[in-house]
Amino acid sequence: MNYISSDLKVVGTRPIRPDGVDKVTGRALFSADTRSAGMIWGKIKRSPHAHARIVSIDTSKAEALPGVRAVVTSADFPEISSEMAFVGEGPMNFRDLSDNIMARGKVLYEGHALAAVAANTQAIADEAIALIDVVYEVLPHVIDVDEAMKADAPVLHADMFTAGVNPKPATPSNIAKVVTFKKGDIDAGFAAAEVIFEDSYTTKPVHQAYIEPHACLATYNPDGQVTIHASSQGHFMIRAYTAKLLGIDMANIRVNPAEIGGGFGGKTLIYLEPVAVALSRKSGKPVKMQMTREDVFRASGPTSGASVTVKLGAKKDGTIVAAQQVLKFQAGAYAGSPIGPGCMCGFAMYDIENIDVLGYDVVSNRPKVAAYRAPGAPISSFAVECAVDDLARMLGMDPLALREKNAAVNGTKTHYGPTHANIGYTQVLEATRAHPHWKAPLAEGHGRGLAVGFWFNIGGESSATVHVNEDGSVVVATGSPDVGGSRASMGMMAAEVLGIDISKVRATIADTASIGYTFVTGGSRVTFATGMAVTQATEKVVEQLKARAAQTWDIPVDAVEWRDGKAYPAGTNAGAFEPLDLAAIALKQARTGGPINSEVSINAQGAGAGFGAHICDVAVDKETGKVEIIRYTAIQDVGKAIHPSYVEGQIQGGAVQGIGWALSEEYIYNDKGLMENPGFLDYRCPVASDLPMIEAVLVEVPNPRHPFGARGVGEVPIIPPMAAISNAIKGATGLRMPDLPMSPPKVRAAMDAAG
Amino acid sequence: MSSLSYAAPTSVDAAVKLLAGASGLAKVLSGGTDLLVQMRAGRFKPELIVDTKKIPGVIGIREENGAFIIGAGTPGAVVEAHAGLTAAWPGLVEALDLIGSTQVQGRCSLAGNLCNASPAADSVPALYAAAAVAVVVGPNGTREVPVEQIPTGPGRTSLARDEFILEFKLPARPARSSDAYLRFIPRTEMDIAVVGCGISVTLDANGVCTAARCSLGAVAPTVLLVQAMADILVGNKLDADTLAKLDAAAQAAAKPISDKRGTAEYRTKIAGVLARRTAAIAFDRASGKATGKTH
Repeated sequence: MNYISSDLKVVGTRPIRPDGVDKVTGRALFSADTRSAGMIWGKIKRSPHAHARIVSIDTSKAEALPGVRAVVTSADFPEISSEMAFVGEGPMNFRDLSDNIMARGKVLYEGHALAAVAANTQAIADEAIALIDVVYEVLPHVIDVDEAMKADAPVLHADMFTAGVNPKPATPSNIAKVVTFKKGDIDAGFAAAEVIFEDSYTTKPVHQAYIEPHACLATYNPDGQVTIHASSQGHFMIRAYTAKLLGIDMANIRVNPAEIGGGFGGKTLIYLEPVAVALSRKSGKPVKMQMTREDVFRASGPTSGASVTVKLGAKKDGTIVAAQQVLKFQAGAYAGSPIGPGCMCGFAMYDIENIDVLGYDVVSNRPKVAAYRAPGAPISSFAVECAVDDLARMLGMDPLALREKNAAVNGTKTHYGPTHANIGYTQVLEATRAHPHWKAPLAEGHGRGLAVGFWFNIGGESSATVHVNEDGSVVVATGSPDVGGSRASMGMMAAEVLGIDISKVRATIADTASIGYTFVTGGSRVTFATGMAVTQATEKVVEQLKARAAQTWDIPVDAVEWRDGKAYPAGTNAGAFEPLDLAAIALKQARTGGPINSEVSINAQGAGAGFGAHICDVAVDKETGKVEIIRYTAIQDVGKAIHPSYVEGQIQGGAVQGIGWALSEEYIYNDKGLMENPGFLDYRCPVASDLPMIEAVLVEVPNPRHPFGARGVGEVPIIPPMAAISNAIKGATGLRMPDLPMSPPKVRAAMDAAG
Repeated sequence: MSSLSYAAPTSVDAAVKLLAGASGLAKVLSGGTDLLVQMRAGRFKPELIVDTKKIPGVIGIREENGAFIIGAGTPGAVVEAHAGLTAAWPGLVEALDLIGSTQVQGRCSLAGNLCNASPAADSVPALYAAAAVAVVVGPNGTREVPVEQIPTGPGRTSLARDEFILEFKLPARPARSSDAYLRFIPRTEMDIAVVGCGISVTLDANGVCTAARCSLGAVAPTVLLVQAMADILVGNKLDADTLAKLDAAAQAAAKPISDKRGTAEYRTKIAGVLARRTAAIAFDRASGKATGKTH
C-alpha cells in the first residue's frame, strides 16, 4: 500500500527520540560497556613501520608472562583465498580482510596488526605486547597517491597486476584497477566547445571520526558456539566476516548488536571480532578488546585521499557540451577505494552530451580505506563543483544559473548507465533560488559559494517483525542497527499503519539469531528498505487484526475496515457492531487464533536518488588565512521526512563533516610514513563554536517506490560542502583553493603568492 | 609488574620528603590535565605521584596591597571567577581560560601549565608578560624564581626533583596598566596554540607606553620573553609605525620549527600578526577603552 497522499498523523511529526533517555543518562550500552563473568582482555601488537617484511615473531616471552592466557598471530587464522565479498558497504576481498586484521608476511602500514594477546588485566596484556619480539626488514614505503602510481614506486603487493587494462600488464604495480565511464564523443564535445576550463585538485584522506572506538566482547564456548557483543553498522556483517575468516558456520555465531556511537560507513567492516574469537578459543575465556583513539586513526579506514583533474567545455550560452574527469584514489594498503561511485557521482547532477571519466584505484602504505558517507562522491564533486564555479566565472554567468541550465532531469541518461527517474533535483534548484540566503546581500569582504551533490541511495535486504502484545502495545524488531534514528522512524511508520499513537510502539534491533538477514545500515538504505519491510509487516498485522474482528463479529474479512487503530464494520450491510480497538483484539488474541504477529523479509528496490545544494558564506582573515563560516544553508530533496528532526540532524551532521574535510581535517605523515596526528587534538574535526547554525531545508519530492515516499538522506549532505566553501573563498579573495584542507597556512600562502 | 603509588600529603615538608625519597620517577600532580593524559599515552611511567592539592596555599587566590598571590594548583575556573584578578590581569586570566574544555577548566592550573614546559602553553606567555614570580619550595626551604627561569626546554624545567611550585606572585600594578593574550589556532577552541603572544603594558596619561613586557609562545623550544618587542613599545604610542616595528620585532624573535601544527614560515608571520593584535588589546585596556574578555 502507498500512503504518500494519505492524511498522515504520525509520519512527519517529531516525537521525542526513543533512545534519548538511555543516552543522556549514560545508561546506553555501547560496545565497550559489555562485560562477562571471567572476562579477560585482548590487545593487539601493531607495526611501528609503514612497510616491512616480518622476518620473525617470537611470542615465547609474552606467553611466559604470568597472567597471559593466549597469544595469536596469523598462524592462528586459516589462509583465505582471494574472493570478493559484498557483506559490507563496499567491495571487500576476504583474503585482504584477513591480512588486514592480522598481517601475514608483510606489514603494509603503521598500525597494521601482527599479533594479539589475551591476559587477565589490561596492564598485563600491555606488558605482554611489549615482550613480543618481532624482527622486521624495513622496506621503502609510499604514502602519496601520485607517487604510488610511478613506475619506480615501492610495490606493496607482488601479485597486483592492474585490472581493467588490456593486455594484462607484465609487471605488478600499485594500481589495482582502472575504470572508465563514457557517454557520447568527448573529442567532438571539446571541439564544439567555445569555452574550455581545466584544473587539478587534491583531497586528503579523512576519518569518519565516530566518537566510539571499535570494541567487542567475544566468547568461544567449548562446544564451538560463539557469542559476540559489538556495535557496528551490521551485526550480520560481523557474523559473515567472522565466520569466513575463522572457518566457523554462521549458525554457530550469534552477534548481539550493541548501541553504536557513530559509524558513518567506518563500521561496515571489522577489525577486532575474529581476533577476539581466536583469543577466546585459545584461552577458553570471554575476551574483550577495545581500540584506543590512536588505534582507530592508525589502523581503521578513513576514506580515500585523491588527486583529480576536471576539464569542462561549454558554449557561450552556458551549455556544457563536454566534461572530462580523471580520478586517482588512494585505497590504502589493499585494493578497494570508492573509485566506482567517485567516477559516477561527479557529473550525475548534469545533463551533458559528452562525458569521459577515468578512475584509478591505487594502493599505498596507509590503512585500508573504509566507507565514509557517500563513498567517493565528495571527492569527485569537490573537483567538479569547483570547476563548474570557475566555468561560470569565465562565462560571466551566475553559478546557480549555470547549474540550472545544465541540470539533470527525469529521463537524463547518466554516463554510468542508468537513466534518472523520480528525481527531485529541479525542485532543489528552485528552492535554492527562492531561499533568502541566496538573495541576501553579502557583507564587505565576505564570499558566497554554491555547490550541488548527488547520491544514489540504495535498497537491499531487510527483515522486520511486528508483534502485538497482550495489552495492545506493539514491538517492532528489525535487523538494522540504529545509527541515525531508525528506531524512531520504524516505530512511526508502524504506528501510522496501525493508526495508533507512537507511544504504543517500541522499536528494537534483534540479534542475528532472532531475525532474518538484514544488510548493513549504510547507503542511506534503512528508512527506505527496512522501513518498507516494517510497513509491509505491519500491514500483515492489520490484516490479522481485521480477521480477528471478522471472526468475533462472524462476518467476512472483507466486510471489516481498519482505521484510526480500530476495526469497523465496512458499511451498514456488514452489520451494526461497536468498533474493536487494537487493545480489545489483542486481549482476546489467544481465543481468536493465537498470537498476532508477522515477519517480512524483502530485497527492496527503487531507492530514490538524492540531490542537495549548499550555500555557504565565509569571511577570510587575510592576515592569518583563517576561514570562518558565517552562514550555511543546505537544501535537499528528502522524499518524505518521516521524523523531520532526525532528517535535519542528518543534513546538519553531513554538512559539518564536510566543513571539517574542507578546512581542517587531514592525516599528517612524516618522512618515515608514520602518522603524526592520531588524535582529536591535531586531527581537527570542527567543534561547535567553529560553526554557525546549519539551516537544513527539506524539499519533499516523494519517492513513489516507498510507501511513505522516503528517500535516503544521510549521505548527500557531505558531498557539496568542500566545493561550496572553496567557491566562497574564491568569492571573498579571488583565489581558488584547489587542495584540501583549506587550512590557514595554505590560504595565507596563497594570498602571499598572489601578492 | 610495575606499580604506581599515590600520595596526597597535607604539608610542604611531607610532600618534599616523598619526592626526595622516591627511588624511581616521581611526578607532582596538580590538576593532572597533562600528567594523566601523558601517563595514559605511555609517555611517563611514574612510580610515585604526589598530589599537592591538599597542601595549604596550593589552591586559592589572595590580594595583598594590589599584588595577587595565586595558589599553584588553583583551577582555571576558580581563577576566572575572581573579579579582582580578572580586572587587574585580564590577559593572564583569559590565557588560562583558553586551556582545554569547561571540564578541563575545573582542574587545570598555572603551575601545571608552566611545569609541563610546553612552548605552546597558553598561560605561560601571559605569566611571562606579567612578570610573575614562582614561589618554589624544596628541601632547602623557599625560593622565589621569575617564571621565565622555570622552563628550560620542551618538557624540562629548572626545578629539582624534590621541588615544586607552591604559589605565584603577581606584582601590584601602576595606574593605566593592563595585559592581553592572544593565540592562533585553526579552530575556535579545544586546540593548541600555533603561536601565542602575551603583552603587558603601562601607559602614561597621553597613552605613551612607559613599561612593557612581551612574550611569544610556540615559536621556540620555550616560551620567549622578547625584550626587543618591549623596547619598541616603550616611549611610543601604538601608532602604525610602532605596530609595524612590533610586527617585525616579533617575526625576528620567532625561531619556530615546522611541524604538524604549522610551518616555520607561517608561524613567523603569525607571530607578527598576533603581536600587533595583542598590543592593540593591551593598550586599549590600559587606557580604559576596553574592558572584559576579548574571546
